[in-house]
Amino acid sequence: MEAQTLYEKLWSSHVVHQESDGTALIYIDRHLVHEVTSPQAFEGLRLAGRKPWRTSSIVATADHNTPTDHWDRGIQDPVSRQQVETLDANIRASGALAYFPFKDVRQGIVHVIGPENGATLPGMTVVCGDSHTSTHGAFGCLAHGIGTSEVEHVLATQCLLQKKSKTMLIRVDGRLGKGVGAKDVALAIIGHIGTAGGTGHAIEFGGEVIRSLSMEGRMTVCNMAIEAGARMGFVAVDDITVEYLRGRPFAPGGEHWDKAVDYWRTLHSDEGARFDKVIELRGERIVPQVTWGTSPEMVTGIDSRVPDPVAEKDPVRREGMERALQYMGLAPNTPIEAVRIDKVFIGSCTNSRIEDLRQAAAVVRGRRKADNVRLALVVPGSGLVKRQAEAEGLDAIFTNAGFEWREPGCSMCLAMNADRLEPGERCASTSNRNFEGRQGAGGRTHLVSPAMAAAAAIAGRFADVREIL
Amino acid sequence: MEAFKIHEGLVAPLDRNNVDTDAIIPKQFLKSIKRSGFGPNAFDEWRYMDHGEPGMDNARRPLNPNFVLNQERYRGASILLTRANFGCGSSREHAPWALLDYGFKAILAESFADIFHNNCFKNGILPVVVPKAELDALFGLVEHCPGYALAIDLPAQSIRRPDGHVVHFDVDPFRKECLVNGWDDIGLTLRHADKIREYEARRRVRHPYYFS
Ligand code: SF4
Repeated sequence: MEAQTLYEKLWSSHVVHQESDGTALIYIDRHLVHEVTSPQAFEGLRLAGRKPWRTSSIVATADHNTPTDHWDRGIQDPVSRQQVETLDANIRASGALAYFPFKDVRQGIVHVIGPENGATLPGMTVVCGDSHTSTHGAFGCLAHGIGTSEVEHVLATQCLLQKKSKTMLIRVDGRLGKGVGAKDVALAIIGHIGTAGGTGHAIEFGGEVIRSLSMEGRMTVCNMAIEAGARMGFVAVDDITVEYLRGRPFAPGGEHWDKAVDYWRTLHSDEGARFDKVIELRGERIVPQVTWGTSPEMVTGIDSRVPDPVAEKDPVRREGMERALQYMGLAPNTPIEAVRIDKVFIGSCTNSRIEDLRQAAAVVRGRRKADNVRLALVVPGSGLVKRQAEAEGLDAIFTNAGFEWREPGCSMCLAMNADRLEPGERCASTSNRNFEGRQGAGGRTHLVSPAMAAAAAIAGRFADVREIL
Repeated sequence: MEAFKIHEGLVAPLDRNNVDTDAIIPKQFLKSIKRSGFGPNAFDEWRYMDHGEPGMDNARRPLNPNFVLNQERYRGASILLTRANFGCGSSREHAPWALLDYGFKAILAESFADIFHNNCFKNGILPVVVPKAELDALFGLVEHCPGYALAIDLPAQSIRRPDGHVVHFDVDPFRKECLVNGWDDIGLTLRHADKIREYEARRRVRHPYYFS
């Protein structure tokens, strides 16, 4: 048999029907639902008199609009509250495999709770009305974001209409240096291929560096596949995948476990499988990354300077750089380490898992945040992450250093709740998007790893975490 | 969904790469549980001088005179001309809803982000990939000829310029058929309900652990 890529294996095992032009009906195993992109889909279903096809595929939570403090006061913003209540009503009416509503101990960011509950499994198709669904690809599954019409389509039919993507292999070989982590790998990849580099492709991440990452690190990398233009990014199954899943609430148990693991072990690209595109990077060359502009591809190393648009030949790109620098309030050629910050955000589906918090805490331990840092926010990805962190005493490390320790949710990643940047404020953020206004109108976001965000909070400006550790 | 056959309309230029969905419709407007009414908040942060929130009377807000779509000559535009990687970022379908509600029926760009591209087709907006050289020419023409309009013929897969020059474009045949006819995907898929049930039954036997 011809050597197959992991993508081909996952794709072909989900084809229900295929038209002559290649459009296929793809079966969906897991449907993750949150409050922002689902109300119109449930309403559409009702208006058409249709019923959900298989509610046992649904795992739902409220995360985008929920506040991260004063949970006893409920959701203050009436528009946000209505959206969360609409989700409650829709899930109660339809049913679901699991629902973690606001204030539930297992509530959290949808891309954190799926994996931690074992609801994301190798070999599945996983969708959600959210672009960072690519995160789940870390488990060797096909996971990608969909729009609300497609949420309705999956609710009604358990399928999606799709065409096969092209395939891209991104190999990161060698080793990562001290203080360099999965987030730096993700940003370095985007800096290398650009935010449209993966458009139309399904990305498989491989190579020694990716293999050596924990599941949480792999999730961080896959999370940002969308920022590289690819709807999905994934990693082959190995021992690390299997061990992570063992014993999780929705992972198979008993005889099913062995059967499942036998199958999961086949979920890798075969020797000699062909990709449409192959990109190679070396781990040793990756330094801690900091974005300087308003697109994740506008990124550089902590040891560099803000680039000068004068050096850019393409006029549209040059203008884009100039506009970005103006928005960011940065002068060309400023050393990145000289850029002072006002706020720090540690959280989001990219970096709010226990290992992320441990990495940040390792930098913060025994130190204090700089006085010019008005707010350093730590927002765990889920109630379970929060509990674990508290059991390890991480919350105290943060609060002793002057950080705020909050309830789980998306928070200042997109600032739909009360956590946000004020106009002109500069933030070191572990989230995934530095678009204009993303963290609050006029706010200036620099994407970094959890360790680098912690280092910035201590120094009051960007600082090379390799020199602190 | 409204069918898209031949559309002739005024062109508005947005000369930027990487226009993201946060820019097309900022997050504070995603709290709505409706599909309509997003037009007045399309490009909100670029379009108005003040900060917009849901429930404001947009007609009374100060417009940003430097934002291109606020120029009188582009009022009523239904074709948006833009650059590479349009619609990147979040999967929010509120972005095409907002563009449609604003009045755009077609978007011409060098490239589109995948999810946004897909979302357009589901809402009756035609996203057209146009080669860079042709886009450069169009940006020049739009700037120099007030009232510049194009005719987009989806069945023929062509864009006709006022000077008679015709540009052909590619479009996925299945998506084209759906858009030309205004078909609802769900109805189409449910014609295969038996096949879905058969597939599901086979999968349950082979991989029971995906069903609990
Ligand atoms: S944490 Fe941010 S990127 Fe992730 S799902 Fe929430 S809003 Fe989206």
